[in-house]
Parts: sequence; C-alpha cells; structure tokens
Amino acid sequence: MRTVAVNVLAFGGGFVIMSLELLGGRVLAPYFGGSIYVWGSIITVFMLALSAGYLLGGYLSLRRPNLRKLGLILIAAGVLVCPLVLIAEPAMSWIFDQVEDPRYGSLLASLVLFMPPTIILGMISPYAVRLLVKATEESGRVAGTLYFVSTFGSALGTLGTSFYFVLWFELNTIVAMLAGALALLACLAFAAGRTE
Amino acid sequence: MKPALALALGLACAFPHAEVIHEEPSLYGKILVTREDGFLCMQFAVRSERRRQSCIDERAPKKMALQYTRMMMASLLLTPEPESVLITGLGGGTLPKALAELLPEARIDVVEIAPAVVSVADRFFDFRAAGNTTVFVRDARVFTRRALRDGKRYELILLDTFDGDYIPEHLMTLEYLRETRRLLTPNGVLAANTFATSRLYDHESETYYRAFGPFLNFTIRESANRIVLASIMPLPDNATLRRAARSWRQRLAPYGVPITSYPRRFDRTQDWNRDRRPLTDQYSPANVLQRMD
Repeated sequence: MRTVAVNVLAFGGGFVIMSLELLGGRVLAPYFGGSIYVWGSIITVFMLALSAGYLLGGYLSLRRPNLRKLGLILIAAGVLVCPLVLIAEPAMSWIFDQVEDPRYGSLLASLVLFMPPTIILGMISPYAVRLLVKATEESGRVAGTLYFVSTFGSALGTLGTSFYFVLWFELNTIVAMLAGALALLACLAFAAGRTE
Repeated sequence: MKPALALALGLACAFPHAEVIHEEPSLYGKILVTREDGFLCMQFAVRSERRRQSCIDERAPKKMALQYTRMMMASLLLTPEPESVLITGLGGGTLPKALAELLPEARIDVVEIAPAVVSVADRFFDFRAAGNTTVFVRDARVFTRRALRDGKRYELILLDTFDGDYIPEHLMTLEYLRETRRLLTPNGVLAANTFATSRLYDHESETYYRAFGPFLNFTIRESANRIVLASIMPLPDNATLRRAARSWRQRLAPYGVPITSYPRRFDRTQDWNRDRRPLTDQYSPANVLQRMD
C-alpha cells in the first residue's frame, strides 16, 4: 500500500509539472506573445525550479521523512498553483508596464508565476525515493522506478493537456483542477501515512 | 466552405515541383524562396508540405499574384483614404508595398515576428521599409498592447499573421480582437485574412462577431481564403460599396485587383453555427479545432 501510494504521488507530481509547463505558454501569450523566447523563459524557469526543488527535497528527506510530510509538500504545491488563477492577470499587466523588452518580461512573469509551485513540485521525487529506499543496494532500482513513474506521469500530463484539456476546459479550470488533484494526492499521502 | 475547400487549399498550398532558390533559417521554421513558372514565392516549410506566404509574378511584379492579397484590398472600399495603416504579418511585403504606393501620405506600420522574413522580403521581394513605412520585429499581440498603451491608433488594420499551420492561437482570441478594435480610430476598418475550415470556422466567426458585431464575409469561389471585413461604424450598404469600387477601379488596375467584382461577393449572413463558443485567452484550441469536423 505504501509503495503504491508513493508511486501514485510521484506520478501525480510529474503529471502536474508538465501540465503546468504546457499551460505556461498560454498564460503568457496574451502579454508576451508566442515568440520562441517565451518558451525559452518558461523552460528556463521550470528547469531552475526543478533543480532547486530536487536539492530541497533531498535535504528535507534527511529529517525523519514520512508520508504526512510529503502530503504537506503536495498541499503547499497546490496552494502555490492558485495564484495562476488569482493574480496572473494583474501581475503580468504590471510586469508588461515595467519591462519594455518582452524577453525579460516573459522571464520575470515566469519566475513570479511558475517558480514557487515548481520548486515545491520538484521536491516530491527525491523525497519519494527516500521514503521507499530500505537498503543501499536497492536504492538505484527504487530511484529508477520512481523516475520512470514520475516521467511517465509527465508524458501523460503533456499529452492530456495539449490534446484534450485545452479543448474541453478553460485555462483557469485546468489550473484549478491541477490544484484539486494535488489536494487529492495530499489526502492519499495522509491516508497512507496514518499507520506510520 | 468545408471539406472541399480544405482539400482545395491543401492542393493549392503544395508546391512540390517548384525550384528552391534560397533557404533561410528562421526561429519559426525554415523559409524557402521558390521559383516556378515565373512566380517567385516565399514559403514556410512545414513538415513535408510547403505553404505559400507570398508570391510575385516576375514578369509583372506590380500585379498581386495571390488571390488573398487582392481580396485584402477590398478593405479600401470601407475606408477609402486611410491615413494610418497597420499590417500584421509581412510575408514578401506585397500589401505594404502596394498600400504605400496607393496611399503615399499614409503612415504604414508593419509587424513581423521573424527577422528572417524581413531580410528575405528585402533581398528577394524588393520590399524595403522606407518613407512612411516602418517594420516592427515583434509579436503582433505584444505590439498591439504596447501600441494601445502608447496611444497609437489606425484607420485600417490588416490581420495577415500566419505560422506554418494557421493563425497563432493567441492572435485569434476575443481579447486580441477587442484589443485590435480599440486600436482602430472611430471610423476604423479591419480586414482579416482567414482560411478556417471544419469546426474552427464556426468558432472563429463567432469570435469576430462578438468583437465587431456584423461583418462582411468575403469569399471567392476559386479561393480557400475568407476575408473578414469589419468596421467600427455601421457597415456601408451595397450601393455605397459599389460606388467606392468604381472610384478605386483605375488605381487598383495595375495591381490586378478586380475591385468592381468584389462587392457582390460580400456576404452579410451569419453562415456559422452561432452556438459555438468564441475563442478566448482562456479557451483557444484553434489548431486542434482546425482538424475537427
């Protein structure tokens, strides 16, 4: 049960990361256009945020790791996704007025809107590895399996968002659904961690 | 306007036998300059297909070689002597070149996202930003927002922005069209080049309707393109349009624009499914809808 739960959380984290990244282009386009630098800004910020998240998640896993703490990480990520619905418009409008060059405007907007939730989402994988590793000799297999599950989630997040979600739902609805999914995943973490 | 036109468009866009005389790398897909039967064309290479963005007839370079560029000139029937013009999408520069000649007093601003298109237009299509014509290399949406903020206004706006596929999604939304509408002077006119087929046609048309109210749908049987002609003022009646066409006839003749034949092809009926939701910044799966029946 525990192993399955941790894998589901890693899958969900991967799914949300790529779904968010893909929506990033849509969020920024009304203010910063569809130029290649907009995607450059988004990808840069996601890579930076994930690298910071991996580092933080790894360090956090040193202190009595458990599923409830992972649940709290997921709740934090869900909360930090919400500003995309609530303040994206005024934030981008302000940045647009302050920064003349759309390259730096899109980079700053990506930093403000996507950096916080993505750092937290990046913490999930290393933390999940620590929760499942029992012995040094199996650490590679556990990490490999979790990377597989999480990256598979990312692939489905990309596909689902670009092929279907944008056709069925409005942008804000998708973001709210992602926040809701993170809350549900947190519930799963709490439920699975009850016995710890 | 649906599957048959889509097929026609596909055939019209394919130029498999044209000689490629230049390839220009671009941030937004390779640009090809091709020559076939005396026509020099600029195309965007997309997958295995090439799409004509712009062509000139080398034997008669003044003549507008492509149907849709001629059709875009119908906008002059709604605003006979505009003093300020904005064109989004440069291509080979056919439209700005012609308008600069026809309206020597007008300020003409052109927005083009790809620097490579500007250099190819200069090198092969004899387009140079000079005199009253200025080219801005940036995304049209960014330009529009900045222009609004800077208080710029235009009497005529021509939307002709395409990537290799169709109009970029953020340039098809209701918010963008409303921003464009705000960029027009109180007597301003908009002409948009479109060729949506399938389900996108309904969504696209409804979006224009919500932004501008009733508009003229200008199609020609031999062309897959549909030009949307919209105006801030109430649309002129047919008699006024015919009169305007007669007054433009001589001036447009050197460009091969059969302007007097255009007004009777303007359709005022709402020939789309009005239940379709407009495209918005929140909902704009245009490129997915384009492939759906």
